[in-house]
Amino acid sequence: MGSSISPSGAGQALYRTMVRIRAFENAAEAASQGGVSAYGQQAAGSAKVRGPLHLSTGQEAVPAGVCAHLRASDYLTSTHRGHGHTLAKGADLARMMCELFGKATGFNGGKGGSMHIADFSVGMLGANGVVAAGLPIAVGAAHAQKILRKKDDITVCFFGDGAINRGPFLEALNWARVYDLPVLFVCEDNRWSATTASGPMTAGEGASVRAASMDIAATQVDGNDVFAVHETAAGLVAEVRGGGGPRLLHALTYRVKGHVSVDLAAYRDPAELAAALETDPIARARGALLAQGLTAATLDGIENAARDEVDAALAAADAAPWPEPGDAFTDVQTTGAGQWH
Amino acid sequence: MALMTTQELSYSEAAVLAIRREMEADRRVVVLGEDVGRGGIFGQYKGLQQAFGADRVIDTPISEAAIMGAGVGMALAGLKPVVEMRVVDFALCGMDELVNQAAKNRFMFGGQGRVPLVARMPGGIWDASAAQHSQSLEAWFAHLPGVVVVSPSTPQDNYSLLRAALQCGDPVVYIEHKTLWGVRGEVDDGMAVPLGKARRVREGNALTVVSWSRQVQACAEACDALAAEGIAVDLIDLRTLWPWDRDAVLDSCARTGRLLVVHEAVQVAGFGAEIAASAAEATGCRVARLGAPRIPVGYAPVLEAQSRVGAEAIAAAARRLLG
Repeated sequence: MGSSISPSGAGQALYRTMVRIRAFENAAEAASQGGVSAYGQQAAGSAKVRGPLHLSTGQEAVPAGVCAHLRASDYLTSTHRGHGHTLAKGADLARMMCELFGKATGFNGGKGGSMHIADFSVGMLGANGVVAAGLPIAVGAAHAQKILRKKDDITVCFFGDGAINRGPFLEALNWARVYDLPVLFVCEDNRWSATTASGPMTAGEGASVRAASMDIAATQVDGNDVFAVHETAAGLVAEVRGGGGPRLLHALTYRVKGHVSVDLAAYRDPAELAAALETDPIARARGALLAQGLTAATLDGIENAARDEVDAALAAADAAPWPEPGDAFTDVQTTGAGQWH
Repeated sequence: MALMTTQELSYSEAAVLAIRREMEADRRVVVLGEDVGRGGIFGQYKGLQQAFGADRVIDTPISEAAIMGAGVGMALAGLKPVVEMRVVDFALCGMDELVNQAAKNRFMFGGQGRVPLVARMPGGIWDASAAQHSQSLEAWFAHLPGVVVVSPSTPQDNYSLLRAALQCGDPVVYIEHKTLWGVRGEVDDGMAVPLGKARRVREGNALTVVSWSRQVQACAEACDALAAEGIAVDLIDLRTLWPWDRDAVLDSCARTGRLLVVHEAVQVAGFGAEIAASAAEATGCRVARLGAPRIPVGYAPVLEAQSRVGAEAIAAAARRLLG
């Protein structure tokens, strides 16, 4: 655990970020049941959150620990499992829920949903439905920061362990090093690529070693220890901000839920899940904060506030209007916006 | 801004001048791609790195996905990138970045961002270069919501349309022709050509011929042969495939009652089918298409020739339509 965390300050803030993500994921999961036809389930049509919903439950420590060091003017690219990244970067939770519900008041006006959650106003350039697609976009954003000499702003790029087997991972890391760009790559290694274990599908030792082979310093961290993530990311963000070029953080965590919310992950060894739950990042942080002298009442208060915030968001999303049919035809393109010709 | 002048330039020199003007006018315009610092393999970036520096004319690794994807990221972060793909065949290595990212970004994120990039991907048969260097894929991109598709046939149009593409604010698929680079013509550097406006190449009332890119030359040759037979063709160079100049084409078809669409791309599911169907629906005119057979382009001259649509075939198709 990082010694720089004081129980009353940053520690509480990290805890708050994690429990807000967990509460959001739990609510979205509940609202999504029957929302998609996959994994043996049929969409019932009554679900509030429809379509594939990729939950980051159990992975909260990584975005919480990393994004605590970021500003709104820093950019962030994300994955299909991007709710935690978006919340940690500072997006409004209620507008996120509205987007998951497909409502006009969502960040994307209902055009994107969970897989395309984004808040450009806080530098969050979008979740992405394509594995590894955020990596080239991130190096482009970082390249622009360098060309435009935007103070010492940086770009952070979250991706999963599955992404390192796609070509854009190699192309983007090479690019970042060739141009010495201000980008921090964060591999959220949750050990699963959809319904396939990543290990047997990955040659060598994974993200860190591949980064090192391209002369990008890589650091491995226990991704379920928010204080360790926070402290390690502090150093890496400072190095990237200081003009040191790209860095990679390899955070070892675990995907507690299935690939999507209706995937029960019955293919998984129950012992593996049970072991992972023993290292739940929120439970561990709670224990550590209590040991540091915080009271249970204080931590309960943070959790209750998060649940209240999510309940209010659910109510707001429920009450919010749907997009108008005509909205399907806006923001396609300005030149040549014709629907039929 | 330089004084307006008219000068004789090649198709590639015209493109260089267009980018130079845009880079002078807007510091957000940058170029990225393989070999651009040496001027590009067709000379289409000649002198730009010397003029604007390696930070704005960026030599890149052979990484089409990263070139296109970085272009998207740059655009979201405030730049206006010219993304060089070398040839359209190689752009296929950057398709997720173009189709799923660049083209979708504005809509998918509810208008939070824009992707003002111009992706240059020269198309068409490149002599003796075989199947992976000779494709005409413009119909793929015309089919894709979110992008503008441009295919200039003359130095003037390459100058004016490239400038228009860089100013339009949406992703543009910019398909120059691999063998037009040396074609010379007068270029008025003050002339603006809006996207979506066709050009009338020949005027006539017997039938309408619509084409674009290098095939405009072959069509013009065919028109000259037909003119000698007393057949006056209305030849239209579409210039922009999306949006295409429906008014110009339909006005002509309504007048002539006959439309022949000619393109270098494979005829099956080509963009000619879209134009022919639109014209038939709107005007009831007789229509015909002429494109390449549905085969990969071969290497040996006799094989390659099977994919070419020449002036004689165009004239013959026109006569059939009149018959």
